[in-house]
Amino acid sequence: MTTLAICGGRLVDPAAGVDAAKDILLKDGRVAEIAGHGKLKGKNGAEVLDATGLVVAPGLIDLHVHLREPGQAYKETIATGTAAAAAGGFTSVAAMPNTSPINDSAEVTRWMQQPERGAAVRVFPIAAATRGSKGETINDYAALKSAGAVAVTDDGRPILKDGVMRESLAAAARVGLTVIQHAEDTRMTQGASMNLGPVSFKLGLRGMPPEAESGIVERDIRLVTELRESHPHLHVAHISTAAALAAVRQARRNGLRVTCEVAPHHFLLTEEHVGLYNTHAKMNPPLRSAADRDAMIGGILDGVVDAIATDHAPHAMHEKEIEFELAPNGIIGLETALGLCLRWLHGEWKMPLGRVLSLMSAQPAALLGLKCRGTLAVGSFADVVVFDPKAEWTYRATESKSKAKNTPFDGWPMLGKVRWTVSEGRVAYAGQLRV
Amino acid sequence: MNPAITTARRPRSTPPAPVSPFPYHPGSLLSVLDLTVEGVSRLLVRATELENEDPIGRDRILAKRRIALLFYEASTRTRTSFELASKALGADTTLVSSLSSSIEKGESLKDTGLTLRALGAEAIILRHNSSGAAWLLEETTRLPVINAGDGMHEHPTQALLDLRTILAHLRPGVEGVTADTLAGVTVMITGDILHSRVARSNMLLLPRVGARVLLCGPKELLPEQAARSGPGIEIERDFDAALAQSQAVMMLRIQAERLAGLQLDLDEYKADYQLTGQRLAAHAPAAVVLHPGPIIRGLEITAGVADGVQSAILEQVTNGVAIRMAVVERALAEYLSRN
Repeated sequence: MTTLAICGGRLVDPAAGVDAAKDILLKDGRVAEIAGHGKLKGKNGAEVLDATGLVVAPGLIDLHVHLREPGQAYKETIATGTAAAAAGGFTSVAAMPNTSPINDSAEVTRWMQQPERGAAVRVFPIAAATRGSKGETINDYAALKSAGAVAVTDDGRPILKDGVMRESLAAAARVGLTVIQHAEDTRMTQGASMNLGPVSFKLGLRGMPPEAESGIVERDIRLVTELRESHPHLHVAHISTAAALAAVRQARRNGLRVTCEVAPHHFLLTEEHVGLYNTHAKMNPPLRSAADRDAMIGGILDGVVDAIATDHAPHAMHEKEIEFELAPNGIIGLETALGLCLRWLHGEWKMPLGRVLSLMSAQPAALLGLKCRGTLAVGSFADVVVFDPKAEWTYRATESKSKAKNTPFDGWPMLGKVRWTVSEGRVAYAGQLRV
Repeated sequence: MNPAITTARRPRSTPPAPVSPFPYHPGSLLSVLDLTVEGVSRLLVRATELENEDPIGRDRILAKRRIALLFYEASTRTRTSFELASKALGADTTLVSSLSSSIEKGESLKDTGLTLRALGAEAIILRHNSSGAAWLLEETTRLPVINAGDGMHEHPTQALLDLRTILAHLRPGVEGVTADTLAGVTVMITGDILHSRVARSNMLLLPRVGARVLLCGPKELLPEQAARSGPGIEIERDFDAALAQSQAVMMLRIQAERLAGLQLDLDEYKADYQLTGQRLAAHAPAAVVLHPGPIIRGLEITAGVADGVQSAILEQVTNGVAIRMAVVERALAEYLSRN
């Protein structure tokens, strides 16, 4: 394996408390050495990446993506999805189980990680919490974990039955897995295609009430409270409402292990961005009110939000070019997350760079229990993103590495351009020279 | 949570709201909001002119222009009046309905629209069960598209013909409109507002010519957010109190096909919201009564009121042809000089 030296850059590793001018040596897929500029001892024979003027940081970790394999390769494959991830600076992605078949077995979990899939970066499967994600029978979490699953969820088909959710939390706690819940009381969202409010009324679309999200989050927190002796970990996926975030905040105050993630579209966009039936602004959870959006920003800035996750959800063009109510939910997000987070969280709202990067690497790594990732401390996996923090550029969906182009951020200005993404010591993506 | 902290940390700037690219074609009529008050006025004036024109000669205006009527839902009034209006101007029309076309085989709206365009359609009149369908069709075909009703969203020509009917009764002799033509007039809309595209188009159009719109109905069919759809819209849940304030009374059918599991006690509904002769005489003896149809006699309105002297229900239907002539002519305005 090649030895890589990334020299001349600013190393920002929030987990290690480092923000300094450093060179870094990557050897055998691990971080071998860190030293001041020009001071690496083991540099002889290494390929050198010149990071002058660039930030060198732990590779980004997205704990919520849909790679569509097995079964829906026309939307995305593990190869194309991870190529998009690499282009966006991600070195690890956690793949949701709503594939075809549903990933509810050790067999599918292993299949997704095989080298034949051609993944550009590391894929961590998240397995289904219940058989066929039907919300009835708990899967064998020990077997799934030993096959490589990092969490369990019935994403998109939330577990509604209290008893089943309680059993899932308890079973996952026994083997040390996180239960991720897509919080939506689907009994309240039948036929709905956007947030319930004045905009949905005006557009003549059935709406999803915010209570459909917060109600499930509150119920789940109640179950975690009941089970607190066994220390279950509940993670709320793509949280989008002020009420649900308030419930998470309170649970944390009560000492419960309840975490949450926010997607860039939920801290940037509102229901107004649905415009006149733009299916690229249709996702679940839907774009919410301005008050909810502001609450997401507040939660990110004050620390109650644990991670930024994209909910990258590719769909074929023809699937989105139909009537709004009939179009599938979801947008792609791997190549816009860093540029949007840097532009808005860091650039506009003055969140320190290290904290932004932590939300996209160290914190999701800790949340999923990924060892030696999300940091560049010596001995860690050589997962690195090198980016120009000052580069301003415009995102073009047509240039996406993903098979899909369904994004509301086409043509948006971005801040921070990825120069290299290194996955376990290999260059997984090399961007253009300075723009 | 300490609200003071949240407020203090509220960011100053957020991404701007999107700018609508619609309509792509100046002849399209997707929403009543596509029209300026002046544009509404021109259509009203033109409707009267076209109505009064000699049928022989009027059929030269759009002679041999090709108009497709694309209907995904059943319709009597709207379909027939668009067809008669188009033909009165000399255009050729063809009807494609979802039940006797390749739509049944799974052809998408986009492909159906592109096929019609390739067949030579120069404008498409669309009735669709999905809100927003007209926008999708316009974006994909770039033809002038006339929205003849999209799901629960809008039905702009219905609102225009309702306005024409209201004007005839409350402002006789007035042809065009300005921002205050209906100043002092309250138009109430009663019933299944939630599922009604007629209500939405009317509540957006009528306040722009000065009217006050009063919505009336039970919470299940009239959510509070309806009043936030635009200026000049209020809610009055008490039917009699609303009637007493209104010069025009528009009744709506309960759309059983869109209730989506909602349970309604019809006896209770009738007791609270049925327009009866007694109620009308007691609270609004001079008001004009409208209904976009189809009417369900004995439910939202009694047969006596529907057929009574205050009813303008059939006038609305007649006005539909005149309004739709003007709207179709506007859609194909680019061809007018050639004929």
